[in-house]
Amino acid sequence: MATVTYEEATRFYPDTERPAVAALDLEIEDGELLVLVGPSGSGKSTALRMLAGLEPLDGGRIHIGDRDVSSVRPRDRDIAMVFQNYALYPSLTVAENMGFALKQQKVPKEERRKKVEEAAAILDLTPYLDRKPKNLSGGQRQRVAMGRAIVRSPQVFLMDEPLSNLDAKLRVQTRTELAELQERLGVTTVYVTHDQVEAMTMGHRVAVLKDGVLQQCDTPQNLYHHPANEFVAGFIGSPAMNLVSIQPDGVAALAGTEIDFDDSVVDPTAPLTIGFRPESARIGATGVPGVVRTVEDLGSEVFVHVVVDHQGTPTPLVVKTSPPFEAHLGDVVHIELAGPVHVFDGDGSIVATTRATLR
Amino acid sequence: MVAFRLKTTVPQTDLLALPWALPLEDWPEETTVILPAGTHRHVVRFVPTSGDFAALKELPDHLAVREFEVLSFLHQNGLPTVGLIGIASERSDRFGEPLPSVLITKHLRYSLPYSHLFSTPSIPSLGEHLVDALAVLLVRLHLDGVFWGDCSLNNALFRRDAGALRAYVVDTETAEIHPRLSDGQRTFDLEIAVENACGGLLDLEAAGLLQEGIEPFATAESLEVRYQALWDDLTQTQDVCEAQLASIHQRLDRLNDLGFDTDEVELNARDGLVHFRPTIVEEGHHKRQLASLTGIVAHENQARRLLSAIRAYGAWIQDGPTPLPEAVMVARWLQERWEPTMRQIPEDLRGRIEDAEMYHEVLQHGWTMSEDAGHDVALDVVVDSYIEEVLRHRVDERTLLRPPPTSDG
Repeated sequence: MATVTYEEATRFYPDTERPAVAALDLEIEDGELLVLVGPSGSGKSTALRMLAGLEPLDGGRIHIGDRDVSSVRPRDRDIAMVFQNYALYPSLTVAENMGFALKQQKVPKEERRKKVEEAAAILDLTPYLDRKPKNLSGGQRQRVAMGRAIVRSPQVFLMDEPLSNLDAKLRVQTRTELAELQERLGVTTVYVTHDQVEAMTMGHRVAVLKDGVLQQCDTPQNLYHHPANEFVAGFIGSPAMNLVSIQPDGVAALAGTEIDFDDSVVDPTAPLTIGFRPESARIGATGVPGVVRTVEDLGSEVFVHVVVDHQGTPTPLVVKTSPPFEAHLGDVVHIELAGPVHVFDGDGSIVATTRATLR
Repeated sequence: MVAFRLKTTVPQTDLLALPWALPLEDWPEETTVILPAGTHRHVVRFVPTSGDFAALKELPDHLAVREFEVLSFLHQNGLPTVGLIGIASERSDRFGEPLPSVLITKHLRYSLPYSHLFSTPSIPSLGEHLVDALAVLLVRLHLDGVFWGDCSLNNALFRRDAGALRAYVVDTETAEIHPRLSDGQRTFDLEIAVENACGGLLDLEAAGLLQEGIEPFATAESLEVRYQALWDDLTQTQDVCEAQLASIHQRLDRLNDLGFDTDEVELNARDGLVHFRPTIVEEGHHKRQLASLTGIVAHENQARRLLSAIRAYGAWIQDGPTPLPEAVMVARWLQERWEPTMRQIPEDLRGRIEDAEMYHEVLQHGWTMSEDAGHDVALDVVVDSYIEEVLRHRVDERTLLRPPPTSDG
């Protein structure tokens, strides 16, 4: 087990001006499951491949533990890429499937047996070691495949979108299993996904990247409640945070209604963007008028999609409310602020997270 | 409401009639070619189409699109892979429930799954040939910036090539296309290939199908050696002094032997050393030569074999010290050797194996007969004997369909 440290790690692809990963600084703790998340082109996979040794560094360094691995070839980095597409060989037993790669690496027989038995115990596969894969359930087969990576006892596991070839239902189930397994193994793991829900449910911490630049690395709770900038605010959370850009006309106003910020740090006369989660707003008797477009009733909660007229532009907002709630397309409702409001400056950086009232 | 969207590279109207509103595993027996059941990540079925077969693979939309794009790239760059027919997307069943996409590829004629090669003991040094074929394939992909990510015996198909084998990419789900591969990507891809090859051979061994003399670990490891040697020959700059110039010729010969054409050779003389680096155009040196001379379509080794047969025949019919002009030599060989051989093959046996491969086997057969007899045996006698003793006992390899992979991968 080991820590992983990116120090200003940079990667340029040939014939591009902007780095795919720009001066990434990241410290991953021993035993941590860190998720790299971001949209396509954010550099998340490149960052993982730099750690794996698949992409060379054009600047900076990467350490695994105390060892600078920046120029070390992949097989000597003591890492294991975990695939979901590991082949299982039908004529080999579960133990042979898990252990043959160790034999290939000339690991002595006794040590091989020990590693396979340990991995099998962690994966609840001990009773099946002498069986053939066809006698296992789908989930057990998946675990044998994982076992092939575990027996290598790497210092770091790397997973690049490992669930992307599964259907939605299996994906949810497998991600829980993977997170539990990582917890039991306690091996430092770097996990890449484009799916922020997957990132938030699996990561001890989540590093959000955009255009090769790290935006924020924090716990899922902090990313959700204290986004460092407008991008993270909009990327994390489903449904997404309501983000409204405000060009103040003497005062800051949402759809013509003045906003009174509790935190005096906010300059209501400067251009800013406010963000509030659907649960930080409510349908009330007063507030900003909006026209109902859809009502998403999920049983335990209801999301009301409305459009408000903000600075002459129809602007969509989502408000979370409790059932029962009834409204029809075209009904007019009033929206009040009922929770924290995030205020971002013209560059999108956070200015304050504060309470605010519409008046 | 039933719906689907079919995008194909060539018009294939017979595909429209297929039951797209059903999950692939529920397709009726009369639609598909039934194959022994195996376990696979995705459901795969074969259907007859336009006198051939199409392989259908059901997989999530984004993966189907990705694999379609990778296969298109492989095609555009002349890399060995299965033919691409198209993709059926936006599918839904009769209740309007969405269904995954289906990737449709063309069955590769005369291609053989590796398990079949082991069940027909007709290829000497099979382990070496398999490894060579995979090494050439992997090098070709890497030269064009393709990271395969799951190179295995199972994810490739093989065609006979005059005693050797040629490998084709079948499964590209994990493949990535880059402008250029880093050394890290190449070595990692190779590492995956070696481990997968080892697993595949161990699996055959456990099933009692591995030929004697093939040692799984050593054979798989030799893939790394073969790959590295070929990669170095194709890409390395070599510094030689004048006394070692012959080594440049040896390297070019090795590349030509493997079928790689060298276009420009960068020679740079300074400090009393010659800096040498070949520029590789593409693979297929001999097959292009054969095709331009005779019109015969063959793989690389077959072409080499046929070209030397043409030269040998030319020397044999040569009257006097002056060699025959090439055009005359080729025309007479076609008229007096190739065409009579092809005509002599009964209609029902034609096409069981590729023509060039069959001619190669006839040559082999004739050589053995002549050795046994202690004199040259006439061509028609050789062909007759080949038909009865060899060809009649061969399965039709044209559409020997790939059984579903026998593993999870």
